[in-house]
Amino acid sequence: MLQYAFKRLLGAIPTLLVLITLAFFMIRIAPGGPFDTEKSLPPEIEANLNAAYHLDEPLIQQYGRYLLQILQGDFGPSFQYKDFTVNELIASGFPVSLTIGGLSMLLAVLLGSAFGIIAALRQNRPTDYAVMTVAMTGISIPNFVIAPLLILLFAVTLGWLPAGGWDGDGLGKVVMPVIALALPQIAYISRLMRGSMIEVLRSNFIRTARAKGLSETRIILRHALRPAFLPVLSYLGPASAAVITGSVVIEKIFGIPGLGRYFVQGALNRDYTLVMGVVVFYGMLIIVFNFIVDLLYGALDPKVRYD
Amino acid sequence: MSNNILEVHNLSVRFQTDDGEVEAVNGVNFSLAPGETLGIVGESGSGKSQTVLSVMGLLAANGKAGGKVVFQGADLLGMPARELNRVRGSSIGMIFQDPMTSLNPYMRISEQLTESLILHRGMSKKDALARAIEVLDAVHIPDARNRVHYYPHEFSGGMRQRVMIAMALLCKPELIIADEPTTALDVTVQAQILNLLGELRDDFGVAIILITHDLGVVAGLCDHVMVMYGGQVMEYGALESIFANPTHPYTRGLLRSVPRLDDAGASALQTIPGNPPDLMHLPPGCPFGPRCGDQRELCSHNRPVLAFAHDGHARACHVPLEELR
Repeated sequence: MLQYAFKRLLGAIPTLLVLITLAFFMIRIAPGGPFDTEKSLPPEIEANLNAAYHLDEPLIQQYGRYLLQILQGDFGPSFQYKDFTVNELIASGFPVSLTIGGLSMLLAVLLGSAFGIIAALRQNRPTDYAVMTVAMTGISIPNFVIAPLLILLFAVTLGWLPAGGWDGDGLGKVVMPVIALALPQIAYISRLMRGSMIEVLRSNFIRTARAKGLSETRIILRHALRPAFLPVLSYLGPASAAVITGSVVIEKIFGIPGLGRYFVQGALNRDYTLVMGVVVFYGMLIIVFNFIVDLLYGALDPKVRYD
Repeated sequence: MSNNILEVHNLSVRFQTDDGEVEAVNGVNFSLAPGETLGIVGESGSGKSQTVLSVMGLLAANGKAGGKVVFQGADLLGMPARELNRVRGSSIGMIFQDPMTSLNPYMRISEQLTESLILHRGMSKKDALARAIEVLDAVHIPDARNRVHYYPHEFSGGMRQRVMIAMALLCKPELIIADEPTTALDVTVQAQILNLLGELRDDFGVAIILITHDLGVVAGLCDHVMVMYGGQVMEYGALESIFANPTHPYTRGLLRSVPRLDDAGASALQTIPGNPPDLMHLPPGCPFGPRCGDQRELCSHNRPVLAFAHDGHARACHVPLEELR
């Protein structure tokens, strides 16, 4: 088990390296630079700035320098937020993003599974069609459309929830971002869950459970849920990536000071170190999350062994 | 009131499919005395499995059973699920054909065994586990005390079928239904499992319905035999009577197509020409008619009913006994 964990972490290194390399050169290729302004700076100042941030060195040397820096766990200073290091910005944004992302995933798994099970039990009946229609809609509508619609309904028209922002103690500020982020996942998970539950309920061991005189509730919760949940669990890896990319948009729309907003700001400002830092951090996050999913898979399926 | 534990009256099973209605079982009658073993024989699609699945209320969602299945005085077919659940697993145990897929691969054997004891007998977890180990011992699973905590994939096929049998036995049922319990197993394991079933019948006096397409299995275990074809009973009688004196062309055909050790060097094995009928388009007459060597004019439009042939032996055939080939 420990050996497995160690192997997985080793396997993550090349993945991260490829990610860092691609991101590093892509952001450098993008036109413009971190210190471009409408008014051009005096050439001496620009030269000084470039020298201070080593931007005057050949690209390959900068790349090497960056790799060494990352090895020490240092993402460097932000070009835009001059008084902060990228590490500090990530430390301030991550808890916010984690709250929203974590709650969305939780909501997606709970509601998605519940809807999926209900649809499976009412297969080809009105309830099933209703759930699946809503789910299809949820998958088809991107969250940058859903978010403004939510704001229009709950903030502007009804006035129940704040339209955005992250100030104040109220829980209201969390509700809409979480829902907007979770909706497509709820939809996708409920479709997955419906399909796998229908399949599991047709299997021989469920017939055995029925022959034992077990109640339908026990059959579903104790006999069918675990195997039916496995496909959903495998999906949670990609789902976490989807939630992260979704959060970039959602945080921007709702004005939430999370990682996603720094990412967007960083990209627009050519804040090289900030963009790189967030990308690498996202990459590590997804790797770690997939690792957790694999461990959970082993816990749920007795046939999976880590050796 | 009779002392029969199970009485099946005019049982029918129909499935609604996209292509129309399938008549899987039609007008089946039989009864079972306590401790009796009934073998139901027939080829694939003869309706033998659907017959017992309907008894247990386990038909697929598109299936519907008609008629009456009276178990210990109560009709199982009309019963609400809640009441039926008090009978299944408690008074009737069922063993399924495929031990590889009939156990839940995600649960330890211990939980799969104890759950019905806790449900039907109100036992504590500890007592239920003790009873589970006792029954695993009874079905000759070595080292039951430890193996009770295994997952199904840690057992071989034969051992899994023993676990299935143990599961059916747990609550000391009056009736065990075994749907092709040995079909998926190799021959030596088959013999062990059949011996085990025989032992259990003798030790516990449980009645058994054994479904098989293997006449050898029937010969080894059963008191009575029911031969099914095209969803209908062709012949019913005591074991010796069926084997020594088959009165139906189909039964005769079946018996002729079994190789016999004492007949070594005999001519090539006989077969029954043709294929089993399409249940969606059963002939109006005898379902076996088109494949029958003794077919008469009457057989093609008049469906024969099960009728007395001789002592304790019934058959559904128009052809007079003495004229059979």
